[in-house]
Amino acid sequence: MKLTLKIWRQKNADTKGKIVDYPIDGIDGDMSFLEMLDILNEELINKGDEPVAFDHDCREGICGMCSLHINGEPHGPDKGITTCQLHMRMFKDGDTIFIEPFRANAFPVIKDLVVDRSSFERVQHAGGFISVNTSGNTIDANTIPINKHDADEAFEAATCIGCGACVASCKNSSAMLFVAAKVSQFALLPQGKVEATERVLNMVKQMDEEGFGNCTNTGACEVECPKGISLEYIARMNREYLAASLKG
Amino acid sequence: MALDSKIPEGPLADKWTNYKNNINLVNPANKRNIDVIVVGTGLAGGSAAATLAELGYNVKAFCFQDSPRRAHSIAAQGGINAAKNYQGDGDSTYRLFYDTVKGGDYRSREANVYRLAEVSANIIDQCVAQGVPFAREYGGLLDNRSFGGVLVSRTFYAAGQTGQQLLLGAYSAMNRQIGRGKITMYNRHEMLDVVVVGGKARGIIARNLVTGEVERHSAHAVVLGTGGYGNVFFLSTNAMGSNVTAAWKAHKRGAFFANPCYTQIHPTCIPVSGEHQSKLTLMSESLRNDGRIWVPKNMDDVLAIREGKLKPTDIPAENRDYYLERRYPAFGNLVPRDVASRAAKERCDAGYGVNRTGEAVFLDFASAIERYGKERAHVKGFDENDPKVVKKFGQEVIREKYGNLFQMYEKIVDQNPYETPMMIYPAVHYTMGGLWVDYNLMTNVPGLYCIGEANFSDHGANRLGASALMQGLADGYFVLPYTIGDYLAQDIRTGKIPTNTPEFDEAEKNVNDSLEHLINNNGAHSVDHFHKKLGKIMWNKCGMARNAEGLREAIVEIAALREEFWKDVRVPGIQHEFNEELAKAMRVADYLELGELFAKDALEREESAGGHFREEFQTEEGEALRRPEFQYVAAWEYKGAPKDAILHKEELEFENIEVKERSYK
Repeated sequence: MKLTLKIWRQKNADTKGKIVDYPIDGIDGDMSFLEMLDILNEELINKGDEPVAFDHDCREGICGMCSLHINGEPHGPDKGITTCQLHMRMFKDGDTIFIEPFRANAFPVIKDLVVDRSSFERVQHAGGFISVNTSGNTIDANTIPINKHDADEAFEAATCIGCGACVASCKNSSAMLFVAAKVSQFALLPQGKVEATERVLNMVKQMDEEGFGNCTNTGACEVECPKGISLEYIARMNREYLAASLKG
Repeated sequence: MALDSKIPEGPLADKWTNYKNNINLVNPANKRNIDVIVVGTGLAGGSAAATLAELGYNVKAFCFQDSPRRAHSIAAQGGINAAKNYQGDGDSTYRLFYDTVKGGDYRSREANVYRLAEVSANIIDQCVAQGVPFAREYGGLLDNRSFGGVLVSRTFYAAGQTGQQLLLGAYSAMNRQIGRGKITMYNRHEMLDVVVVGGKARGIIARNLVTGEVERHSAHAVVLGTGGYGNVFFLSTNAMGSNVTAAWKAHKRGAFFANPCYTQIHPTCIPVSGEHQSKLTLMSESLRNDGRIWVPKNMDDVLAIREGKLKPTDIPAENRDYYLERRYPAFGNLVPRDVASRAAKERCDAGYGVNRTGEAVFLDFASAIERYGKERAHVKGFDENDPKVVKKFGQEVIREKYGNLFQMYEKIVDQNPYETPMMIYPAVHYTMGGLWVDYNLMTNVPGLYCIGEANFSDHGANRLGASALMQGLADGYFVLPYTIGDYLAQDIRTGKIPTNTPEFDEAEKNVNDSLEHLINNNGAHSVDHFHKKLGKIMWNKCGMARNAEGLREAIVEIAALREEFWKDVRVPGIQHEFNEELAKAMRVADYLELGELFAKDALEREESAGGHFREEFQTEEGEALRRPEFQYVAAWEYKGAPKDAILHKEELEFENIEVKERSYK
């Protein structure tokens, strides 16, 4: 395949970026999207140019490190996958592909396609945990039976990989799906109920302070989420938040 | 220098308890005056950082990713072992200990393995208390599955993403301590040297990967939880950034590197598709609970499949060779990984590989789909003899158990594994070797600890499935937090460790010299060019089968490649900026040294054990042939170049288990 890549280049956070064109040839359908970028970078290095910086690590769709806005969609065309799982067979010879970083005020660009997602970290520090110390003396794991349905639903929420596609897909750059996934995981489990009130209040407060936008229920986040995290978790968080506010 | 493993006295089952009763403790007020550096935030580093902070120490934690949650433990799929005996199938601490020692081909330390088995049950309790959503049965209790090399069901899991859930548990415990200010987190930082002051590890040199600044960090002790070195092969199931640099720099500062040649080549990975390949993807061992491995019996069928004239589903059962079931009837498809990998290689070397490259075997779920489908049809009151109904229900059960793995497979290979068997081949996955540690998990450099995959201790020459997660969390939650206190008790009056000392100056200069050399080198080839070449040497000569001639060649070739790298590598950009090529170059430079030591260790070990298979040492049936004179840990001391490394031996004694032929027949 022969393709034209239009890639966002930006030296660092303090400089302006722009789209630069790169023609590329010899791309095979079995290559992953990031392997295609590896080939481009190898060519750039051999020519004495600077390679394109992008985040990636596990390359199997679980670490949440890779990002990229590809032809206007977080993680590109194809559903239920991250960029590193996208394969070139989704494209055809002669295509032009736009590659940009995730865009949001709360995710400033570090370089080229690499963004700073530490705002997500700070939201987790505010309450994404159950306050239990490590000891050899916690109660036996089978002491509290948990309804399989609740356990499965908590697990589904916990499969969020923290990539930020929800924020990048949202016209308001809202982080509601990300925060709701964590709040819901714990709210569904008896262990998490003890601190449920403080947790939802603290996490939502931090989310607002980080400059994420409001949720207007357009549902783009659910569509683009590589793990298919459901909008229903946002509804659950809203109920949790309302109940907590009334208590508080 | 004699290696002292510091194994406590007394009967095996009492060692850990007695040890805990007799060590020095640090009182809570004094813990506030003590700093600990933890490098790496996977299951081992993350759980250690959180627990040390809970205890009251000031923790500085480092990871090269943009969040601790991204450490490669996140990618572990199948599960975590624990001797809970919830299934009532005869499990016990002793049996988990026994399975692990036997699985490791009698090349691990008894006392460490027993302690691991002993604390395993607490890990599950701890994780459930943290809100880790393990799979449950309809009655609300925890579910288990089986893994290779054992005859009980002791593996706890969360679909095909157990590592993710456990790591998010440790990450949440870290977040609580970061929020309290007890952990200072340094994301996007790479450790590039250990600083030793007065014979003790007192700090690290780290590079901020965003700004490129080189920083000094001091502490009273340094803990490395930095994972394995599988990427020395270039292609492996490790993450792209996984590296040996922290452990290797520690080695160059005096820490012994143990058993570098013990590598786990995992039997069920997606085969290589071409030269562009950047990494390999694992398909969890849990799939061998339900998948049956086979190749055609007849060469005509093999060729027809390769040419696309026959589909695997066209081959009738009598023309299939379920070679694991044939060779190992007692364990069948659930033999340990080293055995399963060699058996796949044996069939493919004999010409029976089923893909274009001849390096693939089938992993087939048709029997499981039928079995589960009948059961569910029966339970739901449908006709269990209607193949359509059975298939639908059977696929539904398989999707519930392994859905994410099947999706991964389909995205990569572009074939639907619900309809046609998966194609799999062994790939580098885990490294049992690592820094030598004593019973306290301390290296031979005082104050320098090493936990999780980065150390050598618990898995001998072969790790059993679902035991890496167990070891990472055991080390981090339950072992290190005790043992480090015994050491730190002497530091309560030391005060802050200054960083303006000659030792920090020297270490920082060392790091800067390497960075500047690489960035100014302006050679002809990229970092990946050298990394791929190294990987080919490693795979061809230090891979699933090794021999003396190949290993001698590898040593010469790697040394030559290393020289070429320093002369001819090209690293674009500048030092003081986000520069991934520069970070990669520093990692590959270390792999080019480790690779040579790896080959030297493999050459020296004139036996076959676990993942280390020397062609010269095999039984008549082609099984690994252990030799009693090699019943030791090979711990290497750095002396300037890998070829000059000096071997120290820690003899292994087995008092509670009979060393015998390892059989899974």
